[in-house]
Amino acid sequence: MELKNYETVFILTPVLSDTQMKDTVEKFKQLLKDNGAKFVNEENWGLKKLAYPIQHKTTGFYQLFEYQAKPSFINTLEIEFRRDEKVMRFLTTVLDKHALEYNKKRMKGEFNKKDKEEVKA
Amino acid sequence: MTLVNEPVNRAENRKKYCRFKKNGIQYIDYKDANFLLKFVNEQGKILPRRLTGTSLKFQRKVAQAVKRARHLSLLPYVTDSLK
Repeated sequence: MELKNYETVFILTPVLSDTQMKDTVEKFKQLLKDNGAKFVNEENWGLKKLAYPIQHKTTGFYQLFEYQAKPSFINTLEIEFRRDEKVMRFLTTVLDKHALEYNKKRMKGEFNKKDKEEVKA
Repeated sequence: MTLVNEPVNRAENRKKYCRFKKNGIQYIDYKDANFLLKFVNEQGKILPRRLTGTSLKFQRKVAQAVKRARHLSLLPYVTDSLK
């Protein structure tokens, strides 16, 4: 089956210690690799404040994966997310051609985030 | 010389336009909450096209991006003082 481009963002509970958080991220990364997904990019946004409380928590660790995988793999991944109680929220999106272009630029140098913050400051 | 009775047509001077078409933006990133703030009001509701001037094609994308951002708790579903 053909590989498609996906992007997944998930939020881990803030109760974890730094190493526990990294272990969990590593676990999901391993799951990707075991299922023949091609890893493209990852971003760790660190501990961020949530816009509204989830499971009575006001903060969470954000993690982003960008990868190529078979469509059938997404189901396995999401089941694993639901099973793991350390994951508070997750979102997987398919990337179209415009999104891919945008993400390439983003990978090169975070063009959006920093520029905008400087303008506002 | 100014004509006294000439109507001041402000609406004509400031015509609305779709900012995505004008600036050639093709992808709206749901991860960029600061940018999405331009398309919601103080309560966090998505602003209608008639106010922002966004074309239908991009309004659909804006709406999708805002909803994704809400799911990931980057934007609130309901609030009173967003701005």
